[in-house]
Amino acid sequence: MPEIVLTQASAHLRHGSNIGQPLTRRDGVLKVTGAARFAADNHPPGMLYAVLAVSSIARGRVTFLDLQAAKAHPGVVEVMTPANKPLLAEDPDAKTNPFIFRLDVLQNDHVRYANQPIAVVIAETLEAATEGATLLFPRYETEAVRIGLEAGESFIPPGVGIGNPAETHQGDVEAGLAVASRRIDATYETAAQYHNAMEPHAIVAAWDGDSLSIDMPSQGLAMALGRVAGLFGIPPESIHIRSPFLGGGFGSKGLISGPQVLGIMAARLVGRPVKLVLRREQMFGPVGHRAPTRQTVRMGSDSDGALTAIDHHTKTASSTFDDFFEPASDISHTLYASPAISTSHEAVRLDTGTPLFMRAPGEATGSIALESAIDEMAEACGMDPLAFRLKNYAEVEPISGKPFSSKALRDCYAQGAERFGWARRPLASRQMRDDAGLLVGWGMGTATFPALMFQGQARAVVRNDGTGIVETGAHDMGQGASTALAQIAADGLGLDLDQVEFRSGTSDLPDAGIAGGSSHTATAGMAIHSAGADVIARLADLATGDERSPLFGAGNAGVIARRGRLFRRDDESRSESYAEILARAGLAEIEGRGNSAADPAAQSSYAMHAHGAVFAEVKIDPELGQIRATRLVGAFAAGRVINPRLVRSQYYGGMIWGISFALHEHAVMDPRSGRPMNPNLGEYHVPVNADVPSLEAILVEEHDSYVNALGIKGVGEIGITGTAGAVANAVWHATGIRIRQFPITLDRLIEPTP
Amino acid sequence: MNIFDYLRPATVSEAVAAASEPGSAYLAAGTNLLDLMKGGITRPRRLIDINHLPGLDRIEHLPGGGVRIGALVRNSDLAHDSDLTRRFPAVAEAILSGASAQLRNAATVGGNLLQRTRCSYFYDVASACNKREAGAGCEARGGDTRLHAVLGWSESCIATHPSDFCVPLVAFDAVVEIEGATGRREVPLESFHRLPGDAPERESVLEPGELIVSVRLPAEAAAFSAHARYLKVRERTSYAFAVVSAAAALRIEEATILEARIALGGVALKPWRTRTAEEMLAGARPDLAAFRRAAEAALADAKPSGDNAFKIELARRIVTRALVLAAAGTPERVPALPASPFAPVPGVLLHA
Repeated sequence: MPEIVLTQASAHLRHGSNIGQPLTRRDGVLKVTGAARFAADNHPPGMLYAVLAVSSIARGRVTFLDLQAAKAHPGVVEVMTPANKPLLAEDPDAKTNPFIFRLDVLQNDHVRYANQPIAVVIAETLEAATEGATLLFPRYETEAVRIGLEAGESFIPPGVGIGNPAETHQGDVEAGLAVASRRIDATYETAAQYHNAMEPHAIVAAWDGDSLSIDMPSQGLAMALGRVAGLFGIPPESIHIRSPFLGGGFGSKGLISGPQVLGIMAARLVGRPVKLVLRREQMFGPVGHRAPTRQTVRMGSDSDGALTAIDHHTKTASSTFDDFFEPASDISHTLYASPAISTSHEAVRLDTGTPLFMRAPGEATGSIALESAIDEMAEACGMDPLAFRLKNYAEVEPISGKPFSSKALRDCYAQGAERFGWARRPLASRQMRDDAGLLVGWGMGTATFPALMFQGQARAVVRNDGTGIVETGAHDMGQGASTALAQIAADGLGLDLDQVEFRSGTSDLPDAGIAGGSSHTATAGMAIHSAGADVIARLADLATGDERSPLFGAGNAGVIARRGRLFRRDDESRSESYAEILARAGLAEIEGRGNSAADPAAQSSYAMHAHGAVFAEVKIDPELGQIRATRLVGAFAAGRVINPRLVRSQYYGGMIWGISFALHEHAVMDPRSGRPMNPNLGEYHVPVNADVPSLEAILVEEHDSYVNALGIKGVGEIGITGTAGAVANAVWHATGIRIRQFPITLDRLIEPTP
Repeated sequence: MNIFDYLRPATVSEAVAAASEPGSAYLAAGTNLLDLMKGGITRPRRLIDINHLPGLDRIEHLPGGGVRIGALVRNSDLAHDSDLTRRFPAVAEAILSGASAQLRNAATVGGNLLQRTRCSYFYDVASACNKREAGAGCEARGGDTRLHAVLGWSESCIATHPSDFCVPLVAFDAVVEIEGATGRREVPLESFHRLPGDAPERESVLEPGELIVSVRLPAEAAAFSAHARYLKVRERTSYAFAVVSAAAALRIEEATILEARIALGGVALKPWRTRTAEEMLAGARPDLAAFRRAAEAALADAKPSGDNAFKIELARRIVTRALVLAAAGTPERVPALPASPFAPVPGVLLHA
């Protein structure tokens, strides 16, 4: 034996060894073999099928439904309409806090957007319910629709996002623009997008008296529990929600949706379990979307390329009946240093469903405009876009003047640029061709996303057989939460991963906070970490206070938990296993609790954000205009990485979404009817494999002592930001044509030959 | 689901007899039909499943040099038939540029000809559509028309035919072999699909009950094999319908074009053969100027049906490019991105 065994000695310095490992998803085999049971895979005995009938008009009133025809169809059990729906304990149109959104659950005959539910047909089979819904042949009283950002009267919303002010001003923008030697003033448009997770919104609801059992995908179990309890007037303890797997959420499953509530109502009405699953086209309306925006960015810089002013104004839209305003301008608060920054929003109300949180809400939309504008500003200054960004690097958060808790963006720029080969980029546009003569362009964008935390709780147990249990109602949307959080749980208990049972995904567990805002690993992870520490502290109390223990009297020196044993910190020859400690104390198990929340003191002192730099290559056929993003390199710094494989996967997914944002994704609305015209995955384009030939994500090392004790920032959303702008900027660099309407479609590159 | 009859006839004549009842529809792979039924766009009262009919799944290389392709031959099987790929390379390239591998494994030759338009107003049952309901009106007019027809459209209908496969077929004088109650007949593919006129609900010349049993490529088409390409511009690299596509084929001897074939996809309610342009090229030298003149002629009658004027210019450029590609010679193998502008073409500078 060597005198010093590094792997043992290093344990002094490391809390554990699971965090940082690139484990594959623990539920991967279940998913690829089809054994994972998603919500709609459940079929309790006696279950009926419910199918929504949705409105084909966007504004007006339902005047007639052919209930007789629907009910006469063999297999149809009931048709739920405003006339016979079960009464709710709460008005679904009441808004008691910003996280409560108004629902369309047959409260009346009004129609306020296309694809709004207007009836629910419940039948013995899916086929019968589907046909029953068709047979309703609704008639309407139709009013003129308001679609598009020109419709309706513009106003300044009371707030944007969740409670952000609609306007923020720092310094004197007009003065900054006045003294600028170079200026740009450009308007960018982004399209409406719909989340379209692979798994549509679904619910299987079963009542037993006033107890309710629910299977449904949820990114926010505790909030869903509260909402259902409120709507149905039953205590939360009477409700059990299971959401072990989600087939994607992207924000659209953060809050229980109207159709899911209708599933519960239908089950109440017929007194049998009911399953309700949205059809793909029904996802385009009642379950949220990303609102369109028109953003005007004005910038000025001095003769050295230092920004003198940023003015970012967004026009967006909400529904006619509820408030969610895409906070697109707010991205300009944090990224680039400028003595004057002004952000503002205005909005119109349209006959659409209410927009909602969609992966990087505000940040994604704002980023493509801001990063395009920065590119235009760099061009105006005759500067390389990376040099321009470095010139205007924010050493402190520009809008607040706070220092960053950590910011390894310079490393991201450097590592990304190096890997991409950015130094070889010609400054001017339309300079590069490949061997076949395709235009080649290189563009870049800066990625950023705030490091958020919600409140969460966890419970941890060590049993007298030396194994552990950790519980928190976390949500695995496919991002791998149940794997990464189990890694944190194992380290928190000082156990190997296979010694810990990690329980999540049901509403009876401690609230893990919403899986949104890229905050889930931090929120649930810190709660788990704290719960683990609580258990270890209790074990240590038992051992150090008991003179029969080799750890007796180690209270001041402290102990280290590792591989199921507590070691005296200053003398590792003295240790005792968890099992021994519990046995002596006569305990079957010992339990600890943990909470997590953002630290208000740190928050008031520091600006907390993840950062990244994305470099994109596109190729474009010079005559035919077809565009392909041929190469992407992203380098991201987001604090501590719990599982590099899963984190890289999150960056990939975000970056692919960035391609989608820049080149593909848009909901086509008929301006006359207000109906979405491409409500299917054949025509609502997202990138296919052939659109993403080369993708790299670099995990840049970053240590943050302030965001939370584990140093975790979020990775779920940042990949979209930066990427979309990088792709758009590469299109300009390839062609010399600046397209400011997104997605960039090839028709904009086809100009008639003289 | 709507209640419908499902029949599985054993012979072609049984199938034809069964399908002669009003409200019948033939079911092959169903890659389009089942979606249409689920969406309530069509509601056939009886489905005649022809998947098990004998003899319709063969690729026959005929004594004279032509090839007869059974109506039930799956797209993938056809595209990977080595004789077909060698002799009619543009046909294979067109098939492989369509849909996805999974769809091509199922979709049939007959179904490809008879697939319905992808006009979103046709699929949106709340919109008026003359195709779905004769005389109902066309709400695509004045709606979102970026991808609609620029040739052969009428006030009644501005939809396009979505097929890739049909585009080289029509260029090569393919013949549709049809079995009906009164026996067999043949129709040139060029006359098979109908332009909308004032009756867009009639999409082809098929009479009730008639069944496509095969498609025949004449021997003469193989004479173009050294210079035959299909090019398809789309809004993502794969799994998208053509914005505009073109098949171009040339017979070249001693640096002179003896004969040209050009057809366009995505521009009209049928695959669009352009004989005027073809004739202009006969006897010409295969150079860019000649190709541009031909492209100009091919689109001479085009006019936008809405917000889609760009498609006319795009179509000119695609015809030109397809001709350039054809003149450069058929590649030895179908490129990894079939028909794509991003298909690698070693040693050929296409985009000068």
